[in-house]
Amino acid sequence: MEAIIKIKSLKKSYDDIKAVKDISLEVYEGEMFGLVGPDGAGKTTTIRILCGLLKPESGSVKIFEKDIIKNKKEIQNQIGYLSQKFSLYGDLSIDENIEFFADIHGVKDYQQRRDELLEFTRLKPFRNRIAEKLSGGMKQKLALACSLIHKPKIIFLDEPTTGVDPVSRRDFWKILSGLIKEKITIVLTTPYLDEAERCNRVALMNKGEIISLDTPNKIKQALEKEIIEIVCTKIREAYKLIRDEIGFEVQMFGDRINVIINNIEKDYPKIEKALKEHSVEILNYRKITPSLENIFIHLVRKAG
Amino acid sequence: MKNVIHIIKKEFLQFKRDPKMFGIILVSPVLQLILLGYAATLDVKIVHTLVFDQDRSELSKDYIKRFENSGFFSIDYYATDYNQVTEQINDGDIIVAIVIPNDFEKKIQRHETAKVQLLFNGSDGNTASIVAGYISNITGKFSQNLFPDYFNVNGGRIIPSAQITPVIRIWYNPSLQTRNFMVPGIVGLLLSNITLILASLAIVKEKEVGTLEQLMVTPIKPFELMIGKMIPFIILGFAAVIIVITAMTFIFNIPVRGNIFFLLFASFLYVLSTLGFGLLVSTISHTQQQAMMISIFGIMIPMVYLSGFAFPIENMPKIIQAVSYVIPLRYFITIIRGVILKGLGFTDLWIEASVLFVMGISILLLSSLRFRKKLG
Repeated sequence: MEAIIKIKSLKKSYDDIKAVKDISLEVYEGEMFGLVGPDGAGKTTTIRILCGLLKPESGSVKIFEKDIIKNKKEIQNQIGYLSQKFSLYGDLSIDENIEFFADIHGVKDYQQRRDELLEFTRLKPFRNRIAEKLSGGMKQKLALACSLIHKPKIIFLDEPTTGVDPVSRRDFWKILSGLIKEKITIVLTTPYLDEAERCNRVALMNKGEIISLDTPNKIKQALEKEIIEIVCTKIREAYKLIRDEIGFEVQMFGDRINVIINNIEKDYPKIEKALKEHSVEILNYRKITPSLENIFIHLVRKAG
Repeated sequence: MKNVIHIIKKEFLQFKRDPKMFGIILVSPVLQLILLGYAATLDVKIVHTLVFDQDRSELSKDYIKRFENSGFFSIDYYATDYNQVTEQINDGDIIVAIVIPNDFEKKIQRHETAKVQLLFNGSDGNTASIVAGYISNITGKFSQNLFPDYFNVNGGRIIPSAQITPVIRIWYNPSLQTRNFMVPGIVGLLLSNITLILASLAIVKEKEVGTLEQLMVTPIKPFELMIGKMIPFIILGFAAVIIVITAMTFIFNIPVRGNIFFLLFASFLYVLSTLGFGLLVSTISHTQQQAMMISIFGIMIPMVYLSGFAFPIENMPKIIQAVSYVIPLRYFITIIRGVILKGLGFTDLWIEASVLFVMGISILLLSSLRFRKKLG
């Protein structure tokens, strides 16, 4: 596998806020790479630097073995970018928007490619509609189509599914899987860990740092602990009890809690005993395979 | 350079989608022409007058008749006592009250100086002073005519004496209409409106919507984008200028006396400054509202007031006169009036044209550097 993007000790601050603190990573050709983390983790800053929209403070970014600052326009001709906010011409139709982006990328015979993209994104029946009048999911698909018209080698998607309804989200992911088959490298940011699970590799980011970088499976395996999921009464009391009196890490998910323990045979009885003493009734418990969300919360807490 | 054409094409497509904007661009020249051509006039055409004739003599009636016959005065009220005079002036119905004392005829017949009292509503000082001029003119002629009458009656001889009669010819605006002074200036206003306000709005809109960022990730270069955004507004600006010049010629009978091509060339030089300002505004504002406020209150209004468009620069205090030298519109207004009213050309106005050129290039250059820096 060849690295198509190489980032070395990248730093960027806004005034005295350090948005990105010394990150290094590589993205391989043809993979779907996710920058995952909460708001303010530095995902958007990173992706904007990769697209040449922001200048890094220090460190280097190489795309196709070329420096992004020195060869900005050359690189930009081979990448596509989808910003967080819908940013197309609302007063132009679907067809006109795509045509405009084809024009400025110097794509001459764009008609066939446009038809393909409209077919692919299922926007064909709406092609003459003004972009403003499209639904949120359709706008996002149109923006994707615009960023693909010049057959970029890499596309950068900044939170492409934030604020999009669940059905359109599924649709959108289907389209992305299709792109991977076309050998397009995808770099995306997302605050959703379920989406991160679908990436080939992810970088978990928090407060401008990468706290873990690998395939979702390997990240999960790296946690050499076990997780049990407990459904019980008085869930808040149980949460505090386990955290403060037994000292295990607990994560709360609605009506259940996940406890990170070393060994189920050894540690579960302790929990059971403590809960019983405080008359918390355990309704159900089971050992689960850790999700990225478990790991993420675990790592963020570990980092303090 | 192809990218510039793509941007222009897109821009016109967007104009087409926004008929309101197109309407503003086409209707505003006509509207401004009508407003400034008909409404914004400093000329005094009808003087609402009150007469309080205490004398009621042949002579006083003759005197009043002269006002009626002048065509400017409309005698709306004949007062019978002084209270009525003050009342009408206070109400603002009349501009001037003419009070003729009861010994008017008697004094004249006795060859004494008769005094007539004029009470002005001075809340509009300009009108009052114009009317005062009219009145002393009429009164002067009236008393001149009294001489031959006097000699006729007395059977005396008129002693010939040297007299000076000014023969007045007014150049460039023979009918002395405010309109002729104002209307040509509209060319300057409109060009500023379109190339400064609308152009800055169009750029800030891209910023606001986020399309600017999207464009910056494409191979398009900042200066291509800049030129592509400006050219459509230059075209619209010139379309508006041609509409105004045509309307001016046919509706108001103010033809362009000088060379129209020089006027258009000067317009282009002027547009360099306004586009530069527009670009500058677009780099400092984040929303279209901000851009609108900054361009209107920060640039347009001071520029219009200090350019001599409405108020002659010569009458301003020295400090403000000095400030007016950095206002591009000042030079452009001089050129417009020079070409349209006086028929002047490049040989007379080359200094103004060169100043516009230098100012335009500098403003545009500085603004585009800032624009590039902001985008880069």
